Amino acid sequence: MSTSLDTLIRLAAKRFGADPAQLRAEDDLFERLGIDSFQAVELISDVEDEFDVELPDYELQGIKTFAALAQKIDARR
Amino acid sequence: MLDLGKLSCLGEALRDATITYKSRTALIEADRHRENSRHTFAELRAAAERFAGAVQAHGFGPGDRCAIVMQNQSKWLIGATGALWAGAVLVPIDYKLTAPEQHALLAHCRPRVVLAEWPAWDKLQREDPSIFERTLVIVTEAPEGAGIGRAVRWEDLPQGAGFTYHARAREDVACIVYSSGTGGAAKGCQLTHANYLAQAETLGNLYPLSEGDRYFSILPTNHAIDFMCGFLLALMMGGAVVHQRTLRPAYLASTMKRYGITHMALVPTILKTLEKKIKEKIAELPKWQRLVLGGLMDLNEYATRQAPDHRLSKTLLAPIHEYFGGKLRLMFCGGAFVDRTSAEYFNRLGLPVAIGYGLTEAGTVLTVNDLKPFRGDSVGKAVEGTELELRDVNDAGVGEVWVRGPTVMLGYLDAPELTREAIVDGWLRTGDLGSIDAAGHLKLFGRTKNMIVTEGGKNVYPEDIEAAFGDIDDCEEFCVFAANFIWPTGKMTDEQLIVVVRPKSGLDEAGRAALIDAFRRRNLRLADYKRISAYVLWDREFPRTASQKIKRDPLARELKPLGRDGALREL
Repeated sequence: MSTSLDTLIRLAAKRFGADPAQLRAEDDLFERLGIDSFQAVELISDVEDEFDVELPDYELQGIKTFAALAQKIDARR
Repeated sequence: MLDLGKLSCLGEALRDATITYKSRTALIEADRHRENSRHTFAELRAAAERFAGAVQAHGFGPGDRCAIVMQNQSKWLIGATGALWAGAVLVPIDYKLTAPEQHALLAHCRPRVVLAEWPAWDKLQREDPSIFERTLVIVTEAPEGAGIGRAVRWEDLPQGAGFTYHARAREDVACIVYSSGTGGAAKGCQLTHANYLAQAETLGNLYPLSEGDRYFSILPTNHAIDFMCGFLLALMMGGAVVHQRTLRPAYLASTMKRYGITHMALVPTILKTLEKKIKEKIAELPKWQRLVLGGLMDLNEYATRQAPDHRLSKTLLAPIHEYFGGKLRLMFCGGAFVDRTSAEYFNRLGLPVAIGYGLTEAGTVLTVNDLKPFRGDSVGKAVEGTELELRDVNDAGVGEVWVRGPTVMLGYLDAPELTREAIVDGWLRTGDLGSIDAAGHLKLFGRTKNMIVTEGGKNVYPEDIEAAFGDIDDCEEFCVFAANFIWPTGKMTDEQLIVVVRPKSGLDEAGRAALIDAFRRRNLRLADYKRISAYVLWDREFPRTASQKIKRDPLARELKPLGRDGALREL
């Protein structure tokens, strides 16, 4: 089974047309994907559907890296 | 008619409402498709009295400060109501600021009580705790087992702790609202009960809400617009306030539909998002339906050109109105410059957008469009009791807007010098440039101040951002500006922040490129609305004061001859 992190990176790469092999756990996802907070919300919606979890808006404040986001997903699974 | 002239304070107005409308719904809190809670006015009263009693048990007295650091939700309004009944001065803090920024504002106003949501308190308690020594911290939504430190949980507030209602006088301070100061000097606007009551009465009579109306509170409640419309006004007039815990666009329309939202306030970015959604929906229709809809929009526009007619528009344009639940009557839009095409588009749909203009320093709105008829090209006429004056008017009739009236603040907290600069002989200088036409409508053309207002309604002061770029290698000095401050465009759109960078002398081309790269990386660490979009490389020494502060005006004058397009490179 792939980890949340792998799945997250796959979803992000798919949505924003990036190469998943180029994305690392500690990358700043805004910087790396060149996205703003509105686009990040779209990614979060994908994540929620994929993992069947709910991530409250307040938990996502200040999240910058793929690893940190994956941790939030794991905490809710 | 709403008559608040005989009331002494906000607490009294809210108490009257909880008695008058007791069995009606006051608060609804939704979370996605679930409903978290619902309060009637009588239940709001009981919950607010419990909060008031609990803080009073800790020695909270009239004139003490109660800060609120929460996202929009029912407990925000319950806590604020209870605090007002205990005689509090409210200090709404922007939930989206970072913990150090929030901490700095709390250190400035030293509240006796802090009401905070868990994620905010979790971070705040890791900052210097000494400012909380005498403070009662009440935390909401803390998970079981969370290390809440010195705070007490909302759920654990005592029931039935004796409560005494404390009225305040009209001239007492009701709120301290920070309009900036996260990096530079803190500007805590002190607004009195009289300020708010005057504003509520004017707005309530222009756009009456009534029992059964539902106000959707989506702008942050710490922001002047939502504080007035989505708290005070809605409740005073017997309307219900609906909160949705997630503001993802997917849930906006479904919440509006489910609860029959009648009123809401927006900032321009959200208006644009809604416009996009409707256009996508229309684009999905077969061509003939789109043509019919276009015709109906024209007809609606013609039929409602004198004043809005909700019932008619709803009949003509049923599918569009249904998307928003079919009850929406009015949207207020302000907080930032509103693009007239968006406002005109919604008006064509029979969903009028009342465009307003205001400053935290002067309550909620100074001018607003009364929709008789709708105009998208102005920010409306001065509201009753407010006087506008243009000063230093140029040949084109454009001058700096000064205002006087019952909503102008008392002054900034503990900052007499800043207050003296802002308010002169009772007139508040807005720093905005405008003209007033024969019908009394104000149009805005830019700013005299070195600041920008984002489409989301955030004031951004260049001085506040500079801290993010300290200690960059090979940088001799730098300075952040609003581009319009150096090169005025006469418009309020396309505002951008720029940085002027002076590299260390003798740095080669590669080094200069690396320096800009360093700025680029730091820039991405900033919240997106604070980011800088362009830079100027500048090799001349910056003019400075005796105390080594950069003299911004002379530096701006030196940069001006370069021309905006000639000087700026994309960061």
